[in-house]
Amino acid sequence: MIPTLTMLSRAADNLYWMGRYLERAEHTARLLKVHLDLTLDQPAEAVAQRRQYVLAALDLLEDMDEVTSEYELTQTVLFHEKNGNSVKSCIGAARENARQVREQISSEMWQQLNQFYLYVEKVNMDALWSGEPQEFLEEINGGAHLFHGITDSTMNHGQGWNFVEAGRFIERTMATVRNMNLYFCPDGKLPQETIDNPLLDEDLLWLGLLRTCTGFEAYCKFYTATLKPNNILEFLLINPVFPHSVAFSVSMLRNALEGIVNSVHKPLSERSYRRSGRLHAELQFAQIDEIIDGDLEAYFTNIVDQCHQIHEAIYESYITYDSPAEHLELV
Amino acid sequence: MNTTTQSQSQSQKTTHRNTSASAASTQEMAFGTPFEHYNLSGSFDEMFNKVDGPRPHYNMLFSQLQELPLEQLERRQLAADRIFLNHGITFTVYSDDKGTERIFPYDLLPRIITKAEWSRLEEGLSQRITALNLFIHDIYHDQKVLKDKIIPRELVESCHHFRSEMMGVDVPGDVYLSIVGSDLIRLTDGAFAVLEDNLRVPSGVSYMLANRQIMKRVFPDIFRKYGVRSISHYSRLLLSKLQKLSPRPQDEPNIVLLTPGAYNSAYFEHTFLAREMGIALVEGRDLEIQDDIVYMRTTAGRRRVDVIYRRIDDDFLDPEAFRKDSLLGVPGLFNAYKGGNVALSNAIGTGFADDKAVYAYVPDLIKYYLDQDSIIPNVETFLLEDDTQRKHVTTNIDKLVVKAVGESGGYGILIGPHSTKKQQSDFCKQIEKNPRNYIAQPTIDLSRVPCFVEGQLEPRHVDLRPFILNGTDGVDIVPGGLTRVALTRGSLVVNSSQGGGSKDTWVLNK
Repeated sequence: MIPTLTMLSRAADNLYWMGRYLERAEHTARLLKVHLDLTLDQPAEAVAQRRQYVLAALDLLEDMDEVTSEYELTQTVLFHEKNGNSVKSCIGAARENARQVREQISSEMWQQLNQFYLYVEKVNMDALWSGEPQEFLEEINGGAHLFHGITDSTMNHGQGWNFVEAGRFIERTMATVRNMNLYFCPDGKLPQETIDNPLLDEDLLWLGLLRTCTGFEAYCKFYTATLKPNNILEFLLINPVFPHSVAFSVSMLRNALEGIVNSVHKPLSERSYRRSGRLHAELQFAQIDEIIDGDLEAYFTNIVDQCHQIHEAIYESYITYDSPAEHLELV
Repeated sequence: MNTTTQSQSQSQKTTHRNTSASAASTQEMAFGTPFEHYNLSGSFDEMFNKVDGPRPHYNMLFSQLQELPLEQLERRQLAADRIFLNHGITFTVYSDDKGTERIFPYDLLPRIITKAEWSRLEEGLSQRITALNLFIHDIYHDQKVLKDKIIPRELVESCHHFRSEMMGVDVPGDVYLSIVGSDLIRLTDGAFAVLEDNLRVPSGVSYMLANRQIMKRVFPDIFRKYGVRSISHYSRLLLSKLQKLSPRPQDEPNIVLLTPGAYNSAYFEHTFLAREMGIALVEGRDLEIQDDIVYMRTTAGRRRVDVIYRRIDDDFLDPEAFRKDSLLGVPGLFNAYKGGNVALSNAIGTGFADDKAVYAYVPDLIKYYLDQDSIIPNVETFLLEDDTQRKHVTTNIDKLVVKAVGESGGYGILIGPHSTKKQQSDFCKQIEKNPRNYIAQPTIDLSRVPCFVEGQLEPRHVDLRPFILNGTDGVDIVPGGLTRVALTRGSLVVNSSQGGGSKDTWVLNK
């Protein structure tokens, strides 16, 4: 018989957050990269307006006044100490999580993440800006991809790996939904002058949304390069094979939680899995025309709420449980 | 180009000669490149014999080094440092709030020990650890050694690490010591001696293992030519010793490593050993106790723990039994331990036996328990409660080393010849105030080996910490240990917290 792997609750917690922080770092870097790309050949006023989208997507609009140039935006998004979700602090946090469970992950994973961290720690903002900021942002994404590749090929695809996956895909689901919410229902989330601004090219905005989700090329394969909001909505929300769509991310989350349930064998632990299964079924059988006709904003908010509930269920089942009788497994 | 190099090295040599001219015993040796800056002093040089050049077992390394340009060494040193950094093989320095991570300086060149030297060490260390284990058991049970007046009762019971709570407690297999790191030095005649025993939570073994991995990567050629005994079975050996201590021998025991956490200076080592042994790395907050049984909190609920390889000092293990303010330990652990439901490794209360004053009695203890003469001698030690010895020490303090008995890590030490008058008189006052708290030893010129420092080969002082594993099936020592290097020129302090480094230690097959 193959022995089952037990895992410390604290280790599971760290692996889950390691997955989340790395996904967050990657998403954040990509958001900035797409912005810097798209704004290179646009008039300054349009650039300033588009900047609001980046800040709003990262929930940084309050600091907006301080950010009046691409330099400052880059500084804030990548390094600013006040920004707890800067790329640098996400990578630092992921590495700290990994350090806490150094014996759970493979040496190869640790080495990559540690090297990645040391690389980002060393970067100087001014040198970066006068050099090629795009290259750095690509390295961030590359570093995160490499880490996931190493993880997939060196770590047991058991409980620990599933916690990393769960963190990664719950984070991706929420980031994608928040981003869609911003573009499809901007009212109240962005300054009115940004929403109404004629300088902002609509096609470029939609292109930006797709590219932020690494989805432009994948979208074209389904719908050609014609950018139609309804198609974009359908693609990002319920496409079952595009790896950044909400439906795909939720199905990966569900798979991870199913894997955990199977390795833990404990009745109470199924709650998070059931919740993720329900959300997945909703997306799987969703009708895009019904969603469009309905309250789109409420629809997005509901998905984010369900993600929060799944997160809490993970904690209650595996990490912060009191020790009632049914948890006592005398091995 | 050739001419320039020669004249440069010529001028450096002249400078060097000037600075060392005052030391009468200094001899310049003409060993040629790359040893033109290598001088022999009064201390034992492990590579060079004063008369004939390299000792036989260093010959091959010597000729390899003659063929290697210094730039090559430099390149390999950088490669080694990079590996340490990328692998995160670091220790934490608490000089600022952040707790900076630093790599433990690694010296490129191996330190070589012959087969004959090693087998004597192996025998001597086994003897010493066996006697010390019997001694600890005796102290916590019948105290025959005190009744027979081999060692004074007050001395033992006044040790900071003596635990009266352990009186009469039986530990699994009577194994108090599972892991010991005794520090060995070589005297001026080349003979090994024990400088101190570490019987609590000795650290450094991960560096021994990491140094070997790096060595194989940066010097595969030289390593292959020498027949070096493998050390890679250390973790499996330790695991098997720990498994045998389980209070539930019929079941597959659940063994864990208890760490103070990621901010501890030895955290890298804790993760390393846990991974190598395939056991869980737990913190105090991961453990719970119910009905004197220890459980760890897992995602599948609680799971019983049988053996704890603890890397936390006695004081912090259990806030209910020992230090109340400890946040690292597990409330109730001591009761579970006393009840025989969990094994701790090393046992609680072993620390009194590595007290620096108790150390002076170890040869007598070996004689008493094993009826043998000690194979590896102690260093001469003055006990300062004795009036004559204390008087001798305070008048000769500029020639001696004075150590606080309960300290480790190179703290609380005065090295007479390297100290100021002020430091000496401060220590004398401390000694008069609390003589039990200090011992003194002659300043020993530790042996030296070549190191690659700032682009040159220079001699540096070293010691050796072998890791001795003891269990119900006896003593095992992986051949080698951690050679610690005092990287500052002339320094005798090898501790990592005080500017020390380390190097790979080779025990030869033949």
